[in-house]
Amino acid sequence: WVPVVGLEIHAQISSNSKLFSGSQVQFAAPPNSLVSFFDASLPGTLPVLNRRCVEAAVMTGLALNCSINKKSLFDRKHYFYADLPAGYQITQQRVPIAVNGSLSYSLCVDNKMSQMVTKTVRIKQIQLEQDSGKSLHDDARSQTLIDLNRAGVGLMEVVMEPDMCCGEEAAAAVRELQLILQTLGSSQAIMAEGQLRVDANVSVHHPGEPYGVRTEVKNINSMRFLAKAVDYEIQRQIEELENGGTILNETRAFDSKLGCTIPMRDKEGKQDYRFMPEPNLPPLILYDARSLPVDMNHQQVVNIDWIRERLPDLPSVTRAKLVELYGILPEHSFTLLNEDGLAEYFENVIKKTQMKPKKVIGWILNDLLSYLKQHALTVKESPVSSFLLADLLNLLEKREISSSAAKQVLEELWKGEGKTPLEIVKEKKLELIQDQKELEQICQAVIDGQEDEVMAIKAGNLKVLNKLIGLVQRATRGRSNPVLVKQILEKKLSE
Amino acid sequence: LSLIRSTAFLNAYVTVAEETALKQAEESEKRYRRGQPLGVLDGIPIAVKDNFNTAGIETTCASNMLKGYISPYNATVVQKLLDQGAVLLGKTNLDEFAMGSGSTDGIFGPVRNPWSYSRQYKEKTLPKSHSENEESNWVITGGSSGGSAAAVSSFTCFAALGSDTGGSTRNPAAHCGVVGLKPTYGLISRHGLIPLVNSMDVPGILTRCVDDAAVVLGSLAGHDPKDSTTIQDTFKPFELPNWIDVSKLCIGIPKEYHAPGLSSEILALWSKAADLFKDAGAKVIEVSLPHTRYSIVCYHVLCTAEVASNMARFDGLEYGYRADMNKSTESMYAATRREGFNDVVRGRILSGNYFLLKQNYENYFIKAQKVRRLIANDFVNVFGSGVDILLTPTTLTDAVPYMEFIKEDNRTRSAQDDILTQAVNMAGLPAISIPTALSKRGLPVGLQFIGHSFQEKQLLTVAKWFEKQVKFPMIQLEEVKRHECSIFQHQKSVT
Repeated sequence: WVPVVGLEIHAQISSNSKLFSGSQVQFAAPPNSLVSFFDASLPGTLPVLNRRCVEAAVMTGLALNCSINKKSLFDRKHYFYADLPAGYQITQQRVPIAVNGSLSYSLCVDNKMSQMVTKTVRIKQIQLEQDSGKSLHDDARSQTLIDLNRAGVGLMEVVMEPDMCCGEEAAAAVRELQLILQTLGSSQAIMAEGQLRVDANVSVHHPGEPYGVRTEVKNINSMRFLAKAVDYEIQRQIEELENGGTILNETRAFDSKLGCTIPMRDKEGKQDYRFMPEPNLPPLILYDARSLPVDMNHQQVVNIDWIRERLPDLPSVTRAKLVELYGILPEHSFTLLNEDGLAEYFENVIKKTQMKPKKVIGWILNDLLSYLKQHALTVKESPVSSFLLADLLNLLEKREISSSAAKQVLEELWKGEGKTPLEIVKEKKLELIQDQKELEQICQAVIDGQEDEVMAIKAGNLKVLNKLIGLVQRATRGRSNPVLVKQILEKKLSE
Repeated sequence: LSLIRSTAFLNAYVTVAEETALKQAEESEKRYRRGQPLGVLDGIPIAVKDNFNTAGIETTCASNMLKGYISPYNATVVQKLLDQGAVLLGKTNLDEFAMGSGSTDGIFGPVRNPWSYSRQYKEKTLPKSHSENEESNWVITGGSSGGSAAAVSSFTCFAALGSDTGGSTRNPAAHCGVVGLKPTYGLISRHGLIPLVNSMDVPGILTRCVDDAAVVLGSLAGHDPKDSTTIQDTFKPFELPNWIDVSKLCIGIPKEYHAPGLSSEILALWSKAADLFKDAGAKVIEVSLPHTRYSIVCYHVLCTAEVASNMARFDGLEYGYRADMNKSTESMYAATRREGFNDVVRGRILSGNYFLLKQNYENYFIKAQKVRRLIANDFVNVFGSGVDILLTPTTLTDAVPYMEFIKEDNRTRSAQDDILTQAVNMAGLPAISIPTALSKRGLPVGLQFIGHSFQEKQLLTVAKWFEKQVKFPMIQLEEVKRHECSIFQHQKSVT
């Protein structure tokens, strides 16, 4: 069976006002407090296009390698629903603003970070359209409450061709898109706030045969659920077909509690949206450096080249730069970018420490990140700032403490009591023993106490040496430099 | 205001805004006393068709759907008039949602043509009629801006706003013996005009003379950021010259406007008018607009499609009428729309939705758009070949008695009556109807001038010349005579 997965992603545009009206865009405002006359569909009101939304869509199109249509059109998509006051949504069905792009994303093979493979999904198009309001069903009082704050907010619908084959790929592709949108600033793309919504189109077929009937899975509101929903649906379809059943071309909702997809309330056959050109909006004309008329007012036009010149580094570029600049591994760069603020943190530490980036990265990814994850903290909320960590790593680099001592200091730092690494080292007496004689004494003591091990080493089993080194470490409470200890032990044992 | 009261039997007004009008008049007077009038229109009483939004004053569109609806904002054109100090007397009657050519199909009943009560009509027609009751002989105003036309014609205001989608300003202007101007599409803002066909609607101007129309046009035209279909160019208000030379003009007489059903009277008047121009030295030639005969059918498809779309917002949820039906949202929608709209509106919605169905879109809507382009190109070709102005009749006959008019349904009547005016809306051109002469029955007949896009100055100049030549008689109304003192003082045009 070959599963086929395509995605329709709606990203809310990050702008001050809505796509066609001046009311504000804001999450969690009091119900119906951000509704203009146009949003409420008062008769006689007309749409006026928001320039910032157009720029956001162009930016996104360029970042996804799309061709930007210099002329795109707006259409009305009609259906009746309480959260759609005008009885139609303004969208771009005939000629959208951007088409034919691609998105590259990476997957870990077999869950091993060390084996990453790059995949590409084609972007069919990006279109500008209005978001709908929100309806809350109060079954107890058999009424529906409508909040129009979201009605009319600008959306970019990104359509990904069915080039993906499973939940993991879908999630990875969406994750990369999310990073791109956040980097561009065209959308904050926070799934939990409804700024990024994904609908998955899933079908299965036998190799060589035509594509199977597809279902649309909606109501997926987290990255985790996306993979689950897609995989469940693939499985469901395979089972259904293997049992001799058929797949209906229907819309299904993902039930996160049950972990399965269920058919949505029957919509009485397919909807005919009666698309019609939006007569109140002239075609959207975009310019580039070549086509821009000399006397045109800058305020009145969107210049694609101007936007292109100002695009920030996309995540893939940033990752490549991190790898090149710091010699870290590609999979490290993924983790750095996946965590909001982590790459910046990393670079801040690098700036303040002499330790090599290749060593710093270990502390960032293993120690810092795992602690943050354990306590569900974001990088910004970290009690250990990049300065503190850099200080600590410097102590380590200058061999004033051992790495196990450093881990102890880090433990202390997490408490966020405001002490500096140096203060903690002094407090807990974690400095490396610098006195050669003292070290030799301790080593001798250990040798004296481990007759069997000494004999094993002298017999040629060098691995046992590590045990001795460990014992010295313990005896010194981590205050001995293992390299030095090894040297001393080897010297003594060879005597 | 008292004249409005004494002519209430005309049913021209839906709402008379007595209190606010008096206040506005008072303030205007104060400004004049200070020597600081806001502009030429300061203190001038105007009336507005009831499909324009007026803040604080009911806007009904003569429909149950909006009965009692008080809009929170003023249409741009209303705001502009108020900003000039004009006195808003009230909202005028119309066909429901501007659908009709008689101003007979609104919930407030039909508008009566003031000329029905004129000495001219009574002398010519009533002695011949067999009916004892003059009541049953009254004639229609034409439509759909009949209330506005009647208001201007009966001297209850100096100017009125109408709307023109297929002839709705020019048709009643011709029947009521007043000037009816349809400006170029995109010249005057539609923001706040409750739309019928967004791609053809324009606000229309009804006045008693061409100079007045020029004045009103001057205060209304120009780019409105709230209406994206208005042109960006700055509009320069103009005054019409008093001395006009038409000898350098080329007047076109489109042969297709010699339509079936055109009364011989009007044909003769048309011919006489052409001769007037010839005698003045103008070049008068016959031209052809070959696709004229397709305009009605084309209009039906495009109009009903847009109507179906524009009326989708009337669902009883956010504003307006809501049916007393609680079973489900859908049943509430259905009941609201059945009860709120009249047959004409519902008929057009059903037709329009049919044409917009996916399976029909290509054959009907797209086809009609193509035919529309052909119709528009007819004008481009004719105007491009040296013709400055086209001269045509406005209506096929003079106003018919109401009892006769209602023998045919709205759709049939619209199809018949729009034939001479509709194509102009297809092409977005400016046109004006000028009262020319009285018919055998003592009723007004108007002729139409059609001009180049955005060449209102030339159009109105020619119209003014013609107006001077024909010297159309003033209506002789009892009620008006009784108000002689106050009215005749202001009889002179505002210029």
